[in-house]
Amino acid sequence: MPLLEVNDLTTWFHMRDGIVRAVDGVSFTLDRGETLGIVGESGSGKSVSCYSLLDLIPKPPGRIERGTAVLGGEVDLLRAPREVLRRIRGKRIAMVFQDPMTSLNPYLRISTQMIEPLLIHEGLGNREALRRAIESLEEVGIHDAVRQIDLYPHQFSGGMRQRVMIAMALITHPEILIADEPTTALDVTVQAQILELIKARQRELGTAVIYVTHDLGVIAGVCDRVNVMYAGTIMESGTVDEIFYNSAHPYTQALQQSIPSLHDKGKSLYTIPGAPPDLTEERSGCPFAPRCAYEEAHCTGPNYRGLDAFRGRHKTACLRVLEGELNLKEENR
Amino acid sequence: MIRTTLSPSPDDLPVPKLEELERGSSLWKDAWRRLRQNRLALIALALFTVIAIVCVLGPFMTPYGYEEQRLAYGAQGPTWEHWMGTDALGRDQLTRIMHGGRISLSVGFMATAVSLVIGVLYGATSAYIGGRTDAVMMRFVDILYAMPFTIFVILLTVIFGRSLYLIFIAIGAVEWLTMARIVRGQVLTLKQQEFIEAAVSLGYSNGRIILRHLIPNVVGPIIVYATLTVPAVMLLEAVLSFLGLGVQPPMASWGVLINEGKDAMTVYPWLLFFPALFFSLTLFSLNFLGDGLRDALDPKSSKD
Amino acid sequence: MSDGAVRSPFLALEDVKTHFPVTQGFLFRRRTGAVKAVDGVSLAIQRGEVLGLVGESGCGKSTLSRTIMQLLRASGGSIRLEGRDLCAVSMKQIRRERINFQMIFQDPYASLNPRMTVYDTIKEAIRTRHPHVGGRAMIRRVSSLMDKVGLAPKLMRKYPHEFSGGQRQRIAIARALAPEPKLILADEPVSALDVSIQSQILNLLAKLTRELGLTMLFISHDLGVVKYISHRIAVMYLGRIVEIGSPREIMEKPLHPYTQALVSAIPFPDPRLERTRRRMVLEGDPPSPMDPPGGCPFHPRCPFAEAACAREVPALKEYLPDRPAACIRIPEIHPGIGSRE
Repeated sequence: MPLLEVNDLTTWFHMRDGIVRAVDGVSFTLDRGETLGIVGESGSGKSVSCYSLLDLIPKPPGRIERGTAVLGGEVDLLRAPREVLRRIRGKRIAMVFQDPMTSLNPYLRISTQMIEPLLIHEGLGNREALRRAIESLEEVGIHDAVRQIDLYPHQFSGGMRQRVMIAMALITHPEILIADEPTTALDVTVQAQILELIKARQRELGTAVIYVTHDLGVIAGVCDRVNVMYAGTIMESGTVDEIFYNSAHPYTQALQQSIPSLHDKGKSLYTIPGAPPDLTEERSGCPFAPRCAYEEAHCTGPNYRGLDAFRGRHKTACLRVLEGELNLKEENR
Repeated sequence: MIRTTLSPSPDDLPVPKLEELERGSSLWKDAWRRLRQNRLALIALALFTVIAIVCVLGPFMTPYGYEEQRLAYGAQGPTWEHWMGTDALGRDQLTRIMHGGRISLSVGFMATAVSLVIGVLYGATSAYIGGRTDAVMMRFVDILYAMPFTIFVILLTVIFGRSLYLIFIAIGAVEWLTMARIVRGQVLTLKQQEFIEAAVSLGYSNGRIILRHLIPNVVGPIIVYATLTVPAVMLLEAVLSFLGLGVQPPMASWGVLINEGKDAMTVYPWLLFFPALFFSLTLFSLNFLGDGLRDALDPKSSKD
Repeated sequence: MSDGAVRSPFLALEDVKTHFPVTQGFLFRRRTGAVKAVDGVSLAIQRGEVLGLVGESGCGKSTLSRTIMQLLRASGGSIRLEGRDLCAVSMKQIRRERINFQMIFQDPYASLNPRMTVYDTIKEAIRTRHPHVGGRAMIRRVSSLMDKVGLAPKLMRKYPHEFSGGQRQRIAIARALAPEPKLILADEPVSALDVSIQSQILNLLAKLTRELGLTMLFISHDLGVVKYISHRIAVMYLGRIVEIGSPREIMEKPLHPYTQALVSAIPFPDPRLERTRRRMVLEGDPPSPMDPPGGCPFHPRCPFAEAACAREVPALKEYLPDRPAACIRIPEIHPGIGSRE
């Protein structure tokens, strides 16, 4: 039984100018201890789908229209009463946000913020909680934690704050860690440290991690499985090797080819023509069709069935690949 | 020397005809569209327009003058002859309200205009020059802020005597302070924007940058604040009239009328009711219009 | 033009410094220190060359670009454009010469005036070189420019907010090209864009520099992007250049330990490679330019640092032909390199 099973998650934002279909029928599973990457460009719904799980989207205008997200086969996160959800957030599912500069409260000492989840979720006393907090700071590589813990967030650099955030998220030993672009705001050399750190802590604690990122390089380095998102839906889902070496969706492939990768030498970059679709318009068929090099009439027709099994757990939403009309490996030769 | 080959442009490129071009919708147009969707603001706008038209054109249509007394007639409630009744001197209340409206509205708009001109120039200059000049200029504003308004006006009336223009100047002189602060804040944020840097790096003159690039982008907040200043100014004028520092009889502003009505409230309630009604409707409509404009001009601030 | 002028670089920076005073109090300010954002940069760009400048946040690369643009005045050194020192020219004169060097900014959402149509924006920029063009001739020029950057001319009467991020960056590029500049400074021009849009803009910039023979300084924090577009790459750390080389040399054989760490830290979109390659992970964060370490700015994080590194700032030295680097330990880190004086 998977640790988390998300089914047909649909989150819409009801704006003045129409309905933004930010997440539109997303289904995926997460196993214990595995690392799942959710990759996509801005507006693909990758963050919103994770925020929806923890009831963190602003309502209104946001609304979870339908779907289920069952944690450990017992609780549906999307329907759980607030009380239950509160006990899950920060205890069984923790989150690390993109911007370490704004995700810590500038007016409170690190210690106050770190022991809070322990006081709330584990009912520890102040003393014991503080001991655990210092311990977990040491575990994320902060030297002299006994002294550092009494500082305020602004006394830390960006990379250090992200370490604090990770220590804080992992202090209750959650089953799932959702990391929303955890290194996007950081420098490359610091990013390397943070990625290594999350990997190491995950190994020690057996936490399952969901990485939300736009960076295929990060995905390649840390993930077991990957969901590729586009326009609020999952385009392809598979292991990293399947996604990178055996891609079964033209979008995934186009995305990889358009990276100014470190190997190609000076030739023109592959570009995806056009721009992502307007999410306020109702979608019919494949959302990528207008930009797709392999698009044919039936891609936008009634036969389009969305994400479906391609080979075992490798799934794709490309109708032409599913129907066996298109072999991307052949095409690329 | 390597010349970029952009000019003259290739002749084979068809030049689009003006009428073929897709017209964009400017932020102003968008704002107007959003304002039109805001029913409350539209009602406020319509109401205010009606009141303004009544006050401006009304006096030409009524058979009575505002100072025209009919002592024998005395104070009467609303009748067919006098829709809003008459005061103790037999003067037609509606005519007096319309005349008072002219004064109140013109005080409101003139004083706002005064504060707008001083405030925008002062604030924009202070922010654009920046540095020590900015610090000195804004400290001066702080000092003026600390001055008690009524004492300031009493002082002015003592020196210059009572006049309508004095009221404009007095109120304008107080209201510009906030305007200057708002404009300064706006220009400061705007100055950091890359399009201003781009304008500087294209070698545009300072005047051009201020007029074409800075001011059009601060007009939105200025309009909103001005709309909200007008009712504030009218209230101030009413306060002054309350204190007997406002317009002189037999002229009357809404503030004066309400003040007189208040004294006769128990005996002739309509003398308080009607001017107060006009006054509050105007304040309400301007405030709602201001709120609507704020939402329309800055869609980000509004919550759907 | 004489032969000598052709030989001398198109843009030459000599020991450029941009320091910001740190002051306390208002009205009566006291100078309490300085942020040395750019601290002695020397660089030369040849005509028609694209030089990539790469570095992490706070290394001073944006300050350097604004100093070259004369949006900030240098605190020291010289910036020679075709032999003429811009630092010695009055601000008034600079304004007249700005048409020769233009900038493309990072954020396409902030770099266009939201109240002006595309036509007005580009027209205004064209007028800086051709003040008397108007009417149909102007429309022709504007359409030609829009066409050049891949925008449909029929959209010229639209406003910036009606365009996507990628299209806005195209408008910004058209505006920068409008005065027919010889030098373009591109400050993180694709960092705010999505991967698929990023590649469109990179291709466009590469095409334009090739076709128009532009000289460009391309600034980015992303070595992958810089490598794609540049002829040569300069690596910056804490206000100084630490290494210069061709993209291939920088990527495959970095000399300076910082460059090595930078290259090694980039995540490759290739899972198998990621699993096998060994990463050189640096300790700590880049130090603040307010309070730089003494000696080599990189020594507190450098795995090869020794006592001598903390004593003095290493100068850029050609350890290999055309491969200057600023590290005294290069002969020991790379045996066989740079033993010659």
